Amino acid sequence: MQTNPSRTVPALALMMLVALLAGCGTVRVQPWERGVLGEYSMRPDRDPLAAALGEHTFFSREATGGGRAVGGSSCGCN
Amino acid sequence: MALLLVVLCPGSAWAGLKPGDPIPALDHGVSSAATVPPTDGRVVLLDFWASWCPPCKASFPALARLHRDYASRGFVIIAVGVDEKVSAHEAFLRRLEPPFFTLHDRDGRIVSDVNVPAMPTSYMFARDGRLRFIHTGFHGKVSEAALREQIESLLDEKE
Repeated sequence: MQTNPSRTVPALALMMLVALLAGCGTVRVQPWERGVLGEYSMRPDRDPLAAALGEHTFFSREATGGGRAVGGSSCGCN
Repeated sequence: MALLLVVLCPGSAWAGLKPGDPIPALDHGVSSAATVPPTDGRVVLLDFWASWCPPCKASFPALARLHRDYASRGFVIIAVGVDEKVSAHEAFLRRLEPPFFTLHDRDGRIVSDVNVPAMPTSYMFARDGRLRFIHTGFHGKVSEAALREQIESLLDEKE
């Protein structure tokens, strides 16, 4: 059986690319690396006006409200 | 091949400290000039914390009480800070003034070796230097009571 190199090489390259992307999907930020995520600028409620406007939008357009009062610190615990 | 790469990819499996393991090496990668207190024949609580972690902050007064009550009986706390910023680490210590030993794992080598599952996590070692208990997170009085019970039982054990 003969293989056509013009088809085999791109197919192999595609397989390797998919494999690499799939591998990257398992990498996660470790618990001790979440300091940046815990900074003030990363908080979704850092701007009270924007938070109120967003809340109004959710309430009037999607009939939802609240549920955002859970304290978080990015620690992955408590 | 894709499956092989996924399996081999770092971070795909958690392999942290488990009961029976010895105290990890604490002297490498530590920027602090402070000397790690002796742990031979002592009950050791190895605690990993960070200034950006509110439960860690909540745990420090409890750890201070445990240190006050049990240090004279051979209980040692080693609190390893994992902040990337030295200023944040030092400001946290200035604010809380812990009476127990702390060190700064600035480059994250210790915490990477231990591979803690969450912040904070503390590991309790018996007098024989082997890991006995693991605490993930800090849950106020419940955690403090559990720590007290375990410390007292381990202090009563002979080496």
